Amino acid sequence: MTVWIAIGLTAVGCYLAKLLGLLVPAGVLERPLVQRLAALLPVALLAALTAQQTFADGQQLVLDARAAGLAAAALALVLRAPFLVVVGTAVVVTAVVRALF
Amino acid sequence: MAEQTAPPPSAGAPDARDAGPGKPDSAVVRDALGVGIAVGLSGFAFGVTSAGAGLTLLQSCVMSLLVFTGASQFALVGALAAGGNPYTAAAGAFFLGIRNAFYGLRLSQLLALPRALRPLAAQWVIDETTAVTLPQPTRRAARIGFTVTGLTLYALWNLTTLAGALGAEALGDTNAWGLDAAGPAVFLALLAPMLKSTTERATAGVAVLLVLGLLPVLPAGAPVLVSALAAPLVLFLKGRGKGATEETVIEGTAPGEGR
Repeated sequence: MTVWIAIGLTAVGCYLAKLLGLLVPAGVLERPLVQRLAALLPVALLAALTAQQTFADGQQLVLDARAAGLAAAALALVLRAPFLVVVGTAVVVTAVVRALF
Repeated sequence: MAEQTAPPPSAGAPDARDAGPGKPDSAVVRDALGVGIAVGLSGFAFGVTSAGAGLTLLQSCVMSLLVFTGASQFALVGALAAGGNPYTAAAGAFFLGIRNAFYGLRLSQLLALPRALRPLAAQWVIDETTAVTLPQPTRRAARIGFTVTGLTLYALWNLTTLAGALGAEALGDTNAWGLDAAGPAVFLALLAPMLKSTTERATAGVAVLLVLGLLPVLPAGAPVLVSALAAPLVLFLKGRGKGATEETVIEGTAPGEGR
């Protein structure tokens, strides 16, 4: 049930955010500070999520096969690999490292 | 979903600027299909991750149908898998979705949609449709780009979510296949193109320090929300730094020395 609550809230919230932009008159959201904050917010959240899902095991910090997978994904990004290749690289390297050690 | 804050020049439309006002419809459709298909297929990674996080087939599919913004979807299943309560989990996903409001603002001027169509079009206001639509030279091209990208992406993202969630059940322990690395890899791939200047890099760095530092002490889900404070914090510090620089210049030091 809690999962459905979370899905419902996210679906409604995300939809309203999308709709808001199409409905409000231009200018309301165009204050420079609001714009800059809106651009930086996903940067902070994505960085935090990447770190958390790579190094967290419950409430503990761990260094495991995922770190190797993410390092490989970072390398793929530097080499300008397409989106699917980046994700695939992380998955394969994580699986291989986990199988070996 | 390859999400970006600004429309990148390489958003599947490398020739959009050169084509001029007479850009043929087929070229727009080609741009749109390229982005729609490539990103749409990554719904498979979401389906697998979602199933691996313990969500049912129905829950995974409903999410892709109704939430339909990749980063928020990955964030939500990740937070739920980590044992976060539904409210903090949804809050994190919602914060990631806020940027779509700013896309909508720019798209609304370009597409000039009738009011009755806006609630329908809203569901497709995401990174990819914005990236394809904004560089188009005419309203007609913008409308074609938005519609074709939205339709392709929506159809494929939902089909591949279903396939991924079904596939995950057949795979058994998804962690043994390294699939727990798919979520963070998606986030990293979304983040990379955003790290354009020192401000973005500093924000990302502070957010990582905050989340890792707070993880052992705060309840699940909360560290990610607190780390969002990195954005206003860095903006505030940057503003102060700029103010200080201006003061030195005004005080009579040689121009440019304070920089």
